[in-house]
Formats: sequence, C-alpha cells, structure tokens
Amino acid sequence: MSVIGVEGEERNNFTTAESKQIRARSLRLLGSLLRPVRWRVTAAMLIVVLSTAAQVAGPALIAYGIDRGLPALLAQDWLPLAATGGVYLITGVIGAILIAWYTMMSARISQAVLIDLRKRVFLQTQRLSLEFHESYTSGRIISRQTSDLDAIRELLDSGINQLVQGLLYMAFTAIALVTLDGISGLVLLGSLVPLFALTRWFQVRSQTLFRRSRTASASLIVKFVETMTGIRAVKAFRAEKRNEEVFGGLVEDYRKVNGRVIQLFGIFDPGLILIGNVAVAVVLLLGGFRVVDGQLAIGALLAALLYTRRFFDPMEEMAMFYNSYQSAAAALEKISGVLEELPGVPDPTAPVDLWEARGALTFTGVRFEYQSDRVVLPTFDLAIPAGQTIALVGSTGAGKSTLAKLMARFYDPTDGQVSLDGVDLRRLHPKDLRRAIVMVTQEAYLFSGSVADNIAIGKPDASPAEIVAAAKAVGAHEFIENLPGGYDTDVNKRGGRVSAGQRQLISFARAFLANPAVLILDEATSSLDIPSERLVQQALQTLLADRTAVIIAHRLSTVAIADRVLVMEHGIIVEDGAPDDLIDGTGRFAQLHAAWRESLV
Amino acid sequence: MLKAFGRGGFALKNFSQQAEDLRGTEIEKARAIAGIWLWLLMVPDVAFALCLVAGVWLAAQGELSVGGLVAFFATATVLRWPVESIGFLLSMTFDARTATDRYFDVLDAPNSITDPDRPVTLAAPPGRLAFEDVHFRYPDSPARFPDLLDGVNLVLQPGETMALVGLTGSGKSTLTALTTRLYDVTQGKVTLDGVDVRAFGREDLRGHLAMAFEDATLFSASVRDNVLLGRPEFAERSAAADAALEEALQVAQAGFVRDLPDGVDTLVGEEGMSLSGGQRQRIALARAVAAKPAVLVLDDPLSALDVDTESLVEAALREVLASTTALIVAHRPSTVTLADRVALLEDGRITAVGRHSELLRTNEHYRFVISSLEDEERRDATRQNAREEAAR
Repeated sequence: MSVIGVEGEERNNFTTAESKQIRARSLRLLGSLLRPVRWRVTAAMLIVVLSTAAQVAGPALIAYGIDRGLPALLAQDWLPLAATGGVYLITGVIGAILIAWYTMMSARISQAVLIDLRKRVFLQTQRLSLEFHESYTSGRIISRQTSDLDAIRELLDSGINQLVQGLLYMAFTAIALVTLDGISGLVLLGSLVPLFALTRWFQVRSQTLFRRSRTASASLIVKFVETMTGIRAVKAFRAEKRNEEVFGGLVEDYRKVNGRVIQLFGIFDPGLILIGNVAVAVVLLLGGFRVVDGQLAIGALLAALLYTRRFFDPMEEMAMFYNSYQSAAAALEKISGVLEELPGVPDPTAPVDLWEARGALTFTGVRFEYQSDRVVLPTFDLAIPAGQTIALVGSTGAGKSTLAKLMARFYDPTDGQVSLDGVDLRRLHPKDLRRAIVMVTQEAYLFSGSVADNIAIGKPDASPAEIVAAAKAVGAHEFIENLPGGYDTDVNKRGGRVSAGQRQLISFARAFLANPAVLILDEATSSLDIPSERLVQQALQTLLADRTAVIIAHRLSTVAIADRVLVMEHGIIVEDGAPDDLIDGTGRFAQLHAAWRESLV
Repeated sequence: MLKAFGRGGFALKNFSQQAEDLRGTEIEKARAIAGIWLWLLMVPDVAFALCLVAGVWLAAQGELSVGGLVAFFATATVLRWPVESIGFLLSMTFDARTATDRYFDVLDAPNSITDPDRPVTLAAPPGRLAFEDVHFRYPDSPARFPDLLDGVNLVLQPGETMALVGLTGSGKSTLTALTTRLYDVTQGKVTLDGVDVRAFGREDLRGHLAMAFEDATLFSASVRDNVLLGRPEFAERSAAADAALEEALQVAQAGFVRDLPDGVDTLVGEEGMSLSGGQRQRIALARAVAAKPAVLVLDDPLSALDVDTESLVEAALREVLASTTALIVAHRPSTVTLADRVALLEDGRITAVGRHSELLRTNEHYRFVISSLEDEERRDATRQNAREEAAR
C-alpha cells in the first residue's frame, strides 16, 4: 500500500510503511529546498559555533581575573587583569556581532527557502488539472500556502535557531564547567537525569495538547472566514445567533486547550527552576568546602556557579522546539503531498508549435470518465471545421461542459484524442494552446486589480485604446465609464461594485481582446440583462464570423447565430444539424425550441 | 479562469512579486531583531568586562572583599536574563499595541443598522410591502453621481408577486437589500404592513422576509442545514423538519441532492462537495422557500438554470407565490411571467408598473429591457411589411 499525493491527507491511521514513505517524501522535499543554500547554511553554522563559544567564555574570564589578576595586581602587575578585561570586552563585542550576523543570515536562508517553496506550491497549483481543484477546495490550497508555510517559517526562523544555539550553549557550558572543575561538572551531569525526565514528560504531554490547539484554531478560522464571506445570507436568514453559539463553542474549546497548555508550563517552568536551583546549591556547597580547604580557587567557584546557573537558560525554548518541529513536519507532509500530485493534464515533453491556428477541432474515438465507474462521455467522433459556430444544447448534466472542457484541454480524454488543426492537444505547446483556444465561463471571475487589468489578461501587451475598443465592442464601455474610477477602478475594493452581469461583460471584453482561433462560451451570457445580451450577440456575430466557436447556452436565443446545433443527452450527441432543419423536424431540439418560444410570451 | 487564458506566467509574475515584497519585509524585520540582539548581548558583556576590571582593582585596594566581588557577579548574572528579555517584551508590547488598536477599530466601528429601542412586533403580517420615496446611495459613491435610488415608490399588495425589471446596474439588487435592512435607506422608508422596517427588530424582520441571491452562498454544513437555515426551530431533526425540507427541495427542483454521496446530509460549501452554479442556486432558492416568510425576495434566482429545470421550478414556485408576497428581480421574460405585475426601474425610479403584456405594448424602455432579439426582428419585419403594404 502506498500513499501518493494528497490522498490520505485527512487520515490519521497510517501504517508504519506509509508513515515512513510520507516522512521520506518530506525529507526529500526539505533536502531539495536546502541544497541551493547549503553553503550559506554551513557558514551560518560556523558563525553560531564561534558566537556561542564567545558567549560562554565570560565566566571563565571572570574566574581568571579573580584568581590570577587579583594576586598579580597585588604584586603591582596590572597586565593579567587588563588583558582579561580586554579579552572579555572583545569576546563580548564579537559574540554580540556574530549573533546579530547569524540572526540576519538565518532569516535570509529561511526566506530563500520559503520563497522557493511558495513558488513551487503556486506553480504546482496552477499546473494541476481542474479535476484536482474540484475535489481539493481552494480553502485547502490556501491553508497550504498560508498556515502550513507559516509553520515551516516558524521552525526555520526561531525553532532551529533556538535548538542550535541552545544545544551549543549547553554543550559549551558543560565542557567549560568540566574543564574548570570536575566535581561541579559531575553535579551538572547528575542534574541532567531529572532534567531529561521532566523534558520528556513535557514533550509527550504538550505534543497532544498543541495538536489539539492547532485543530481548534483552524476550525475557528474556517468558521470565521465562512461567516464573513457569506455575511449577506447570514444576516438575511438570521443565523447570527446560531453562529454566535457555534463560534462561542469553538472559542471556548480553544480557550480550554490553551488553558491546559499554560498549566503544563506552570509545572514545567518551576520544575526547571527547581532543578537549576538545587544544582547551583549543590555546586556551591561542594565548592564552598573545597575553597575553605584551599582545593579550589574562589574565582573558579564563581565561574562554576555562573555556568551551572546559565546552563538551564535555553531549556524551555528547546523543549518548545519539539512542538514547532511537530507542526512544521505535519505541514511539510501536506505540502509535499500537493507537490507530488501529478498534473492530470501534463505539459508535453516535446511540444509542437502552432503559430497560426485555423481552428479545426476533431474528436477521434474520444471517451471520457471521471472515475472508472462513471462514464461521462461514451466513445464518439466529432469534427468541427474551422470557422463554424456550434451551439451545444441539452439539459444540465448532459455533458456539455465536459465536452467544452475537453476542447480547451482542461481535461484529457480517457481514450482517443482531441486535435486542433490535426495536432493532438496533448502535444501542443501550452502557450499556443491557450492562445488558440479561449473559454469564457458562467462564473466570470475577476482578479484583484483594475478593470483595465482584468480585460488585458486576454492580451497583456494591449494598449489602453485596444482595451477600450474591446470594452466598446461588447457593450461594457458605458458601465465601466460610470464606475467611480472608470477603467482604473479596483474591482476588489469598496466602490468597485460590479454585478454578476457586469463581470460577464468584462470577461467577454477579455475574450474579445484575446482574439483566439477557437472561442468557447459556457453559459457566458446567463447573467446578462437582455439589452446587454443583445449587444454581446451583435458583437459575437462579428467576433465569431471568422473563427470556430462553441456556444453552450440554456437560453435558446443564443442559438440563433449558430451554423450548427448539437443536442446532447446523457453524454451522447443525439441530434446534429443546422438550426432551421432541427426546428422543422420533430426531435428533441424542435420540442425545446417550441417550449422556449412559448416562454417568450 | 487563469487556465482559460493561459496566463499562468502572468499570475506567477504577480505572485513572485508579492512573495518578494514579503521577503523584503521579513528581512527588514530580521534586521531590526538582529540590531536588538546586538545591543542586548553587547551591553551586558561590556559592562561585565568593565566591572571585572574595576572590581578586581577595588579588591586589590582592599575596598571590596573577594567574597563581595563573587557575590556581585553571581547577582549580576541573575540580572542578565531579565535584561535580555526586557527588549523582547518591549517589542511584543508594541506588536500587542498595534493589534489592540486594530481590534478596537473593528469593535468601535459604529453599526449603523441597529434595532430600535422599542421594536414593533407583528404576529402574522399579511405581507404588504411598500417603498415610499426611497432614496439610497452607497456611502463611498462619488458626489458627482446622483443617488442610485432616487425616489422609488412601489406597493406590493399581500400575496402579490411583483417582478422588478431594469438594466444591469440600475439598482435592482440594492432595492431588494433594503427590504431586509442589509442596507438602510438614506431617505424615505420601506414599510411592511404599514410599519417602517426600521421599527422592527432585525431578527423579527428577517423572519418575515426571506431572500435568495443571484450569487448563491452555501455554508460548510449539510444540505439539510443549509436549506433549513431560516428555520431555527428545525435545528433538531423531526418529522416536521423533514417535511419542510422535502417541500422546499421539491419547489426548487433540487432533487439532485438525493444522488449526492450522503443525500441531504452531504456536506457542501467550501469544506464539502463542490456543486455547479445551478445546483447552488437551487439550494439557495430552497432555503428561501423553506423559511416560509410573509414576503419572499428573490434576486434573479433562476439565472443559472437550464430551460427545462427553469420551467419546472417556475411551475412549483407558482404555487408558493400564490399565497406569498414576492419581489423577484428578473432578467428574462420567462421569469417575468411568474409575476402578477411588473415594475420597471429606470434612473433610480420606478417609471412604470403594470402587466407584462401591457408594458410590452406601451413602454418603449420596457421593450428595450426585456424583449429578446428575435422579438425585435419579428417586429421589425412586421413594420417592414406594413410599410411595404402602405407604399403599395
């Protein structure tokens, strides 16, 4: 059994082999992320070793100053004291500078890694097929890009810093102490036993608590975002009170779990202090006797005490490292899953260029199914000559949109091939494909940016005059002029209120400007009012004159401009012919058309 | 959408730019933190070095005992940690202050739409909805534009179905939003059975009026919970709740939900199954119907449906509408036929009210707005014929 891609993301019951596989996948990702910055990582390691050594030197220097400098000064030799003071000053300054340098460097490294990872996730998200996005909701993609990346940032930024610095600090302190005074060193080693036990206990307990805290905060955010995006419906249906209750419950859960986390610290922190203080007391006791006996210099005792006290400082942060490591590891596992997904519509390995597309579409032996048990389109052949305008008609779920998506290569057929001017779409260079075939859908989506930007997506190098011309051609010019900022109105800002119909007009202008060889309109006029639709249809008549067009419409008014009508039912093309012929016949289309005429009154 | 235009590279460039900006800020932040570290670590060490020299010198002079010197350093070391952390506590305090400011910005934002001190209650309002000289403008619309709604007068009698027709951007959706006080009028008033809607408690008002929007929002919950959103009393499963659910789904022709993996208990919305626009619209319509309001406000509720489904929904809706006051925003002749009367919204006012056929005959603007291309061609042809005949 193996787990590939995002599959199993919601599961918690992995077998050992699966967990191992997932971990190996995360590690591979981490390795590939760190490889480009490996020299900088090495340099940063060197710096942190040096700076920690400089920091740890302090107490030893104090001991030296007292034990050697003082007697020398009494003998009128000020040199050892001055030297000690000087060295202390220098190590202090250098240590601080190195730490600052290291902080900068590690920030640069972690940012480089993060930006690399962000781009990879973004690219991958774009590359994956619509099929993937239909099941993997945008909310989940967003949390991959935000909270998961944040967890990794946390680990890279502070987690690893604290771990490396803390470990080195403790190691150097222990070494210095052992060199300085063996007995104090033994005391310190002895204190490691309760220290280890306490930390282990903390880790085990905090791991579950932190996981629960993360889940609680995630559901809090989801609830909040959903309520805010659907605020109109929330208000109109008086769901505020119930939402408050649900949200109150979630907040309460979050508070409770955080309270327990704090309780845990309430035990851990005093525990650490207790162990530290006992160790200091023992070192003082044992050392004090030896100083009285003359076996130990007073300065050495002082240094031993300082080392023992400092030894425990980084402990708490290091215990926390495990948690940030845990959440980062979980995040990395999910991200590596997304990155592992194979695009359902892969880019061709040896792309064929098609500079001037004529627009002839051919389906040869095409069959399409989502999963192997759900055939959407049974095997069929279809040829659409260049320049023909096709209307696709049929009830919801008949497979019209699927057919259109196959033409635009949002999906690849399960069997057979779809080709443009004789070239299999799968072999066509993606740039040429997207330039030649443009699809306008029912859900006209606008990007943040100005209205002009949104139109220009169809042709990024378009001049303002071209943009205005495109808007005029589809009848969008007038309402755009009336927006607070005209063409520069930001569609996402307040004041940039654009209705569903206006959004569709903008996306029509976008398609008009893109000027493709094949234009696919999937319910593209559904939100337009009739005068706008009329304008769009007039524009379409010129726009569609010399290009291949496929129009899917619920409303038969659009069909009037088609050369040929395809009626679909249950994934099968049941009628195919010129509109007038079909209307005069007795088939499905004739019935639909009659019903529609009636509805016009 | 981006896929449709093959502008992935364009998006990547934008995204990269934003990611770089973020990196810049993060590095800037790291620089500030590095600066703080530099001083926090350097100052104590420099002080320790100076104290060491001074202390040993004082001890040599006999002014300080060696024990005192040892005690001094032991104490000073204890102080190191608080000094180091104080810098971070300070920067955390600043962060917290910014956060607190923002928090209170939100919390202190005045809610302009509030409940009255002494709300009026109506037990079972018959549902007479009236707009009386209603003016409305969005607070951020530039002064050079006239009010979006510039004196709307319209009365819906109890049980009457009124279609609202007008060009895109004429303010139809805004007018519907005024009824349940998603916005408040800037002048004039909207009344339900003679009572200004602002005199009701909002909770109460929104119980009397239910809405369906053209962009249908579903929540991450089961289909059942989404449909019964407006019926808090049906939060618990019961036979009555099931009946209401069935009825609403039936009216909205949303039988497809039974084919979903878990039927009406299937999770939809952002975290659940993705549904098509038409499917979402039908669930949202079922939600409005299930609320059993005195007044039903539907904002182009059928735009994403195909002809067959639309006519089925219309047939089912007709029965509901027979006993319910309804305001329906319509783009299509087919939707208009659901209504008893049609109101035409033009330049912020209701310029005509009447039956569909009557308006088609008498009102030029209405014809322009509602009649389809073919109708016009047909008329042109008729006119042409008439002219030719006259010429003969």
